[in-house]
Amino acid sequence: MASIYTTALMEHNAHPDFKYVMDDATHVREGVNPSCGDKLTLSLRIEGDTIEEAAFVGCGCAVSQASADIMADSITGTSVEEARRLCESFFDMVRGTALSESALSDLGEAAELASIAHMPARVKCAELGWRTLEALLDESERP
Amino acid sequence: MQRITPEAARDIAANPFKSSFPLLAANPDLAFLDSAATAQRPRCVIDEQARFYETLNANALRGLYDLSVRATEAIEAARAKVARHIGAPDSREVVVCRNASEALNIAARSFAGEILRAGDEVCVTTMEHHSNLVPWQRICRETGAKLVFLNCDAEGRITSEEMDAKIGPATRIVAAAHVSNVLGVENPVAEMAKRVHEYGGYMIVDGAQSVPHLDIDVEALGCDFFAFSAHKAYGPFGIGFLWGKMALLESAAPFLTGGEMVESVAFDSAVWAPVPEKFEAGTQDGAGIHAAGIAIDYLESIGSAAVRSRESALVSAAADMLSQLGFVDIVGPADARCRHGLISFNVRGVHPHDVASILDAHHVAIRAGYHCAQPLLDSLGIGACCRASFSFYNDESDIAALERGLAAVERMFHG
Repeated sequence: MASIYTTALMEHNAHPDFKYVMDDATHVREGVNPSCGDKLTLSLRIEGDTIEEAAFVGCGCAVSQASADIMADSITGTSVEEARRLCESFFDMVRGTALSESALSDLGEAAELASIAHMPARVKCAELGWRTLEALLDESERP
Repeated sequence: MQRITPEAARDIAANPFKSSFPLLAANPDLAFLDSAATAQRPRCVIDEQARFYETLNANALRGLYDLSVRATEAIEAARAKVARHIGAPDSREVVVCRNASEALNIAARSFAGEILRAGDEVCVTTMEHHSNLVPWQRICRETGAKLVFLNCDAEGRITSEEMDAKIGPATRIVAAAHVSNVLGVENPVAEMAKRVHEYGGYMIVDGAQSVPHLDIDVEALGCDFFAFSAHKAYGPFGIGFLWGKMALLESAAPFLTGGEMVESVAFDSAVWAPVPEKFEAGTQDGAGIHAAGIAIDYLESIGSAAVRSRESALVSAAADMLSQLGFVDIVGPADARCRHGLISFNVRGVHPHDVASILDAHHVAIRAGYHCAQPLLDSLGIGACCRASFSFYNDESDIAALERGLAAVERMFHG
């Protein structure tokens, strides 16, 4: 059960590569988990249709912070459409839906969080970064 | 349960209680340290709840046959036990509802809602559970009354000066937790009651965290209302109690309306039933109320002196263990004797939810988060925290399991 605390997760929590304040962000969005008080601000630099840079700042449990770092890593350089697809795959996975081989491989390192589906109380922690991303992308498409 | 002396109860290496609790007996590896959220139930409570359905089941109050009369008697016997247990002079002053939250909502809406006027003040402490804060926020908004806060220090103390400064001629209501569910401290509710009565106001006490641990005497406390739930005191879920002074309950408006709470009904009007039925609309959970009475019998069979002596030994041992770990910060009073049944803490640099998840993997159940007291934790600058809470059915092996689990947390995060 403690298996979600993998070396990779602990590494992303302790040394997040994508946790910094972005100066030239084109999109910024705050995400909150009201039940536990975790907070996160996600910044993206979107040029054309490509997410050129992703970064976050915030505080919260290791699962929420590491998951956000992994998320930022996996969407850097992807198209907005691909980032949306990854979001959906991630939500399916942590809620216990079996993913196709290709969807799992697209998720890359984020697929390591699959076992959180067995810890319903922690799913929202893993989702925080991804939910913030989804809300940001929804907002960015509004005229 | 054989009666045990307070001295014998203090021996936390022994555990004469666990075998009475089926869930604990069936899970010898589980260190259940979340009794402040809900207690485990002894065999007698679980069995008696079933026995009600097997031998007494009928709708109370309205049936004119023997079974219904006996169901009614069982409910009234439980009401009388509750009254005696908390020192209430008249069992009709005990209103049965669903939980402490509902009891406090009845006090706020049906009683305070009728007397509060714009400019009046309602005084609560900064350490209230949301259930004794949010109803007051709402009733104050509706009536134009002002919500005033009694601040505590980091040790959880509310000083006489603070009470003098905040409780005054405009204060109509003081509502306070008897024991804090985060800091574990006992609040000076008798002193608050004395002050607010001097100004003609009323004292409402949230006893959810005190009933399982302390002797309760509502007359000695000097309060006007006292609310608590059965499930934290070894009774079933879904049963709560509001004690109130008869004259005040009589002056209060009904909470819910419908069947059982009326004396007579015409097409366009109704006459309310007397207290307590006025506040007990609809069919009650007879089996649950009966079982709540059995839980009080059980608690009294152990004896409050034994309960207090064992629980204070457990909390002191846990506090000693935590303070020696070197990577844990204890939240609240340094003196363990000020804590009733619980101790809150943080592992330095580790989020409480991570701590709780890793402890869970080590079969240690604690609570982590805001404990429904977010304003308190925000004001102390702590944010979320971990809470280990104790009952007399815990023993030193539970504290040892907590220690092992916390060592694993520290290893995982700080190698």
